[in-house]
Amino acid sequence: MIEIRWHGRGGQGAKTVSQILAQILMREGKHVQAFPEYGPERSGAPVKAYDRISDEEIRIHSGVYNPDIVAVIDETLLESENPTDGLKPDGVLIVNTPRSADEIRRKTGFQGKIIAFNATKVAQEAGTGFPNVPMLGAVVAVLGVDPQVAEEELKETLSHRLPPEVVEKNLKAFRAGYEAAKEVYVGS
Amino acid sequence: MQKTVVGYRKAMTGHKAVAEAMRQIEPDVVAVYPITPQSEIAEYYAEYVHNGVVRTELVPVESEHSAMSACVGAAAAGARVMTATASQGLALMVEVVYIAAGLRLPIVMALANRSLSAPINIHCDHSDAYLARDSGAIQIFAESAQEAYDYMIIAQKLAEDKRVRLPVLVNLDGFTLTHTLQVVELLPDEAVKGFVGEFEPIHPLLDVDNPSTWGAFAMPDYYFELKRAQQAGMEAAPEAFLEVQKAFSELSGRAYRGFFEAYRLEDAERAIVVMGSTAGTAKVVVDELRERGEKVGLLKVWLWRPFVREELVKLLGHLEAVAVLDRALSFGNMGALFLDVTSAFVHEDKRPVFVNYIYGLGGRDVTTDQIKRVYEELKGARPSHELRYLGLRE
Repeated sequence: MIEIRWHGRGGQGAKTVSQILAQILMREGKHVQAFPEYGPERSGAPVKAYDRISDEEIRIHSGVYNPDIVAVIDETLLESENPTDGLKPDGVLIVNTPRSADEIRRKTGFQGKIIAFNATKVAQEAGTGFPNVPMLGAVVAVLGVDPQVAEEELKETLSHRLPPEVVEKNLKAFRAGYEAAKEVYVGS
Repeated sequence: MQKTVVGYRKAMTGHKAVAEAMRQIEPDVVAVYPITPQSEIAEYYAEYVHNGVVRTELVPVESEHSAMSACVGAAAAGARVMTATASQGLALMVEVVYIAAGLRLPIVMALANRSLSAPINIHCDHSDAYLARDSGAIQIFAESAQEAYDYMIIAQKLAEDKRVRLPVLVNLDGFTLTHTLQVVELLPDEAVKGFVGEFEPIHPLLDVDNPSTWGAFAMPDYYFELKRAQQAGMEAAPEAFLEVQKAFSELSGRAYRGFFEAYRLEDAERAIVVMGSTAGTAKVVVDELRERGEKVGLLKVWLWRPFVREELVKLLGHLEAVAVLDRALSFGNMGALFLDVTSAFVHEDKRPVFVNYIYGLGGRDVTTDQIKRVYEELKGARPSHELRYLGLRE
């Protein structure tokens, strides 16, 4: 079983990408869970969301305490939260940041794999402005999921709520996040 | 297991799974109070109505009390009726739930289990279900979104069984199941419609050629007999439950058998009794401890009201020690489920040692470590009146 924790701020779409990721993995034939941590909901407040992915039926219903992957959508949460808490030593930390992986390593003290890339910039270049989708691309790359399967699911889900041209921009943002992470992840 | 229809799998929340079951059943009337602590169930259903996916009359009312009152009126008129609520919503409804049961109205309700105030909290425990324990409604607990979906369909047929004719509450843990995306296998729409069939009301108010009186006055000369007749509906429920459950299992291929799910109990020495999603977490612990050679098992309650004592004795009688986990306090006494389980053994000479734990109040996370602690403490457990607390900071 693989467990993932997303850190974001209210309104950044951490819950949304955790759910889309679960749907992608379901397409791949996996059993999945996706759930947010609920507190008083307000825009800008720290938010956590989780995924569980398994080849077998998932029966556990407790919280996630020792994730394999942590994805930090908002870099300022490195100050206020403690995103590496419980992260497995051989796990992967993915951070949306203009800084280098080495800087993130010094900052967090995390010894496992770190993927640092500027998801905000990627999202801006793609024309969406939301870093959650490039971060989803990065997690998909780390999980080794077929990006085409992921794109099909993303397209289908987003098409329910967004016009076609915005969906296209999101697909571009996803692909850019995927490529950025893949390059670093395979290279590390 | 052999199944007669092919379902399709989708990732969805417990809320959505319940709403999908309701869409497929397509009741005549759904009455809901659309403000927190309502659930997304009502939101999804309103969308189906708005989009013309269902022909249900959706009645948005001004309170939960009115929601259940509208359900009672519609059901007495002869309609198939469903609703959904949670927490304080049920608390306000409960006066009328008693009336629905007393009038023998087969209203099916999803209850997203959440704590009761005070203090204000929005998270999971079973205090809302416990509040309605003696209302006369049948109560079923689901472990997963899949079970919530399946039992909504089973509940409809059970409620409408002419031997039973009672409201049914399908409990699913708030947030843990309602807000968690999980894989659910849905049956085809026509299979669900065929399974629940047409609703045949008894003496409907709208049958103006055969007028009937509903909600009549009954003084000391008749009230007692009418309540005894209501109990007969409850007494008929176990047999009807098994029949509907079996028919559903044959349709879906999902093996639901019995009032309780016995998990690795046959040769077990120690076991936990629990309701709802915690059963899933406990199964993970049972498997882990079994790997280490520990003889542990689990009994999950599907049908809480009526509580089938004879079956419980058969399943637990051989054990050395049993922990009963209650997700609500019954202030001033042991937990309600504990009292159910232990009272079933009152005539038995041979019985396990029973221990009672209160756990998970107000959404306190229930971890595998907590469950492991229970199994550990059951080793050499002695009879005691102590009420224990799991996961509490003391």
